[in-house]
Amino acid sequence: MKKEGWKELPVGAVIPEPGTSKKFETGDWRTEKPVLDPDKCIHCMFCWIYCPDSSIKVEDGKMTGFLYEYCKGCGICAYVCPTKAIKMEREEE
Amino acid sequence: MPIDLKQIAKTEQLFAPGHRACAGCGATVIIRQVLAAAGENTVVGFATGCMEVVTTIFPYTAWNVPFLHVAFENVAAAISGVESAFKALKRKGKIPGNQRLNFIAFGGDGGTYDIGLQALSGAMERGHNLLYICYDNGAYMNTGIQRSSATPYGAHTTTSPAGKEIPGKLQWRKDLTEIMVSHDIPYTAQAAPSHWQDLMQKVQKALSIEGPKFMNVLSPCPLGWYYPTEKTIEMAKLAVETKYWPLYEVENGVHRITVKPRKFKPVEEWLKGQGRFRHLFKDENKWMIEHIQKEVDRRWERLLKLEEAGL
Amino acid sequence: MKIVAKTANESMAEAMRQINPDVVAAYPITPATEIVQIFSTFVADGLVDTEFVPVESEHSAMSACVGAASAGARVMTSTASQGLALMDEVLYIAGALRLPIVICEINRALSAPINIHCDHSDTMNVRDSGWIQIYAEDSQEAYDSVIQAMKIAENAFLPAMVTADGFILSHAMQRIDMLEDNEVQAFIGEHKGPYNLLDIKHPITVGPLDLQDYFFEHKRQEADAMIQAKKIIIDVAKEFGKRFGREYGLIEDYRLDDADYAVIVLGSTAGTAKEVVDDLRDRGTKAGLLRVRVFRPFPADEIRNALKNVKFIGVMDRADGVNAFGGPVFLEVKAALYDNEKRPGIYSYIYGLGGRDTKPNDIEKVFTDLMEKAPTGKLERLNYLGVRE
Repeated sequence: MKKEGWKELPVGAVIPEPGTSKKFETGDWRTEKPVLDPDKCIHCMFCWIYCPDSSIKVEDGKMTGFLYEYCKGCGICAYVCPTKAIKMEREEE
Repeated sequence: MPIDLKQIAKTEQLFAPGHRACAGCGATVIIRQVLAAAGENTVVGFATGCMEVVTTIFPYTAWNVPFLHVAFENVAAAISGVESAFKALKRKGKIPGNQRLNFIAFGGDGGTYDIGLQALSGAMERGHNLLYICYDNGAYMNTGIQRSSATPYGAHTTTSPAGKEIPGKLQWRKDLTEIMVSHDIPYTAQAAPSHWQDLMQKVQKALSIEGPKFMNVLSPCPLGWYYPTEKTIEMAKLAVETKYWPLYEVENGVHRITVKPRKFKPVEEWLKGQGRFRHLFKDENKWMIEHIQKEVDRRWERLLKLEEAGL
Repeated sequence: MKIVAKTANESMAEAMRQINPDVVAAYPITPATEIVQIFSTFVADGLVDTEFVPVESEHSAMSACVGAASAGARVMTSTASQGLALMDEVLYIAGALRLPIVICEINRALSAPINIHCDHSDTMNVRDSGWIQIYAEDSQEAYDSVIQAMKIAENAFLPAMVTADGFILSHAMQRIDMLEDNEVQAFIGEHKGPYNLLDIKHPITVGPLDLQDYFFEHKRQEADAMIQAKKIIIDVAKEFGKRFGREYGLIEDYRLDDADYAVIVLGSTAGTAKEVVDDLRDRGTKAGLLRVRVFRPFPADEIRNALKNVKFIGVMDRADGVNAFGGPVFLEVKAALYDNEKRPGIYSYIYGLGGRDTKPNDIEKVFTDLMEKAPTGKLERLNYLGVRE
């Protein structure tokens, strides 16, 4: 990505667009990744409310998976899941 | 009002992924819960610290709400200014008179208990319509885990190390929540991200009140507390269950404990999972654990008495 | 236009009232306290629509100003000395965030020892903070400059401080020509800011962290703003002059055309110095005075041009850089003149620290040095004027 020169940057060092961190994928930080067993999931949303990286996918009130491009593999979701529907697995090399 | 997670999960995420917080960071969980409770008509300010740094590395920002950072010790003053501008511009008719905005100033324990205490106290005393939330991870984490006045007794930090002569921090942590209660503001509360329902209800209650509000939220830090990343929520839960971090609120001067665990655990249950307290389990330091238990009990008893007496 | 008798504190407070800023966050400090007090009375009497924030320190004053300005408000404050020093880190932040905040600053010595009287150490201390700096010679200029400063700041998107000497101007009554309220409003127009934090539909992030890959570009942009500010200051001054009959420049050139010997000075001492120049001229000496009115952006070209034929120059600094070379104005003037074809002899005079009264014969001593000692190479580069040995 070509970086802007001083003449092109917004005045006063502001970041004029919201949520641009989405362009930075932190998924490559992890060594373990969460894997969902959808049959065990009761859609309680605990994983969603406890995920530090907003990486739980929720569609139409149902938990459907993970945003692996951001998930850092902390393991909180697996730990808090009341039905053990999430397991942490070692990332392949 | 009970919070319906499924409903909230459908709403716009005001905090984006892709920030550079550590895996398992408690503070980011707090931010997500607060913003989910507050909704999109929210302006946030942050003191210099972990959260400000990891969420706004130019040109990346994790914020889908207006965000202001000025310096380390002055977020309360900066947001006082934003809130004052809002009032003034409304008065001049440049902003519609019925527009409602939440002004939330966030600081870590560094930027709140210590260097930021003056600005916080001033803002609360002046009565600005803002909510100050301290994410208390018990040390200056962003600069590498140095002790703050929020660091618990006995904890190892890089400036209060558990060494051969001195076993960690020897001062009790300051009870900032009670200091803020003494400011006679309409609402003060303590919360923890493990108890999301309690935390989010408190945020909503605070934001529905006009005037200065303060919330102190325990923010477990895998790096600074030395525990495995998946246990962040567990660490918050244990802090509540061992009475180390009581969940309560003070509305118009009256204390009310909002979460009373059915069975309490000894504080040792919370200490033993954290590497920063590992040295307390040596025979010669075990007295410190008893010392901590006594003080935790004392603060809890005091709270109970205040609640009973309607104070 | 109304003619009144007011001190600089009173006139600057009046200018603030006429500007009617959205937010004023201020803390009292001698000798600027009255500005804050008088303004509070305006607020209490409903003469302004300003939201007044009685902060608990100057650091919080500037922090609240930064918050308010980023939220799209027109913002002003007032301070001096230790207060200005306490806001130091936030001053730099205000400059870099490009916020058009205006300070009515009263020049007072920095401690230690603690001293409440006039010198320029407080404002010289923040000369690199990214603020436009204007040094008023008298209360009329202080009043006029505050009004101009608001327009300058909102066009340059840089904060500005208008300074008036502590006690000498702040507390001494002078004859002031005041503008009408509607004239001031018409001159400054509607508030303009570089961005608006309260535009909730377009959320922005203000005050991010820069790593090594962006900081330099952001600072370069700020530096450019200060360069562009020069023209804006001149244009605003021209417009002010056209509308109200008083035009100011970046510098004031007093009898310098054919001067052999010149003194450079900032602020109220210029008044005394002009008397000395006139007196010397009457006695046949080709003396002249250069008053620097705008110190930031530094008017190097104007100074070089004004002094191009002067042979010996004494730069009077009401602040000591404690750098063992010379005072802050001396350093910059000498650097500017280095590129001149004819390099004059140029000497530093530290004077008036802590409110030390500077009398005509003190200034005359400078000229005597320039006339008698300088040509023989016997004049020291760094001199302390009016101090007991």
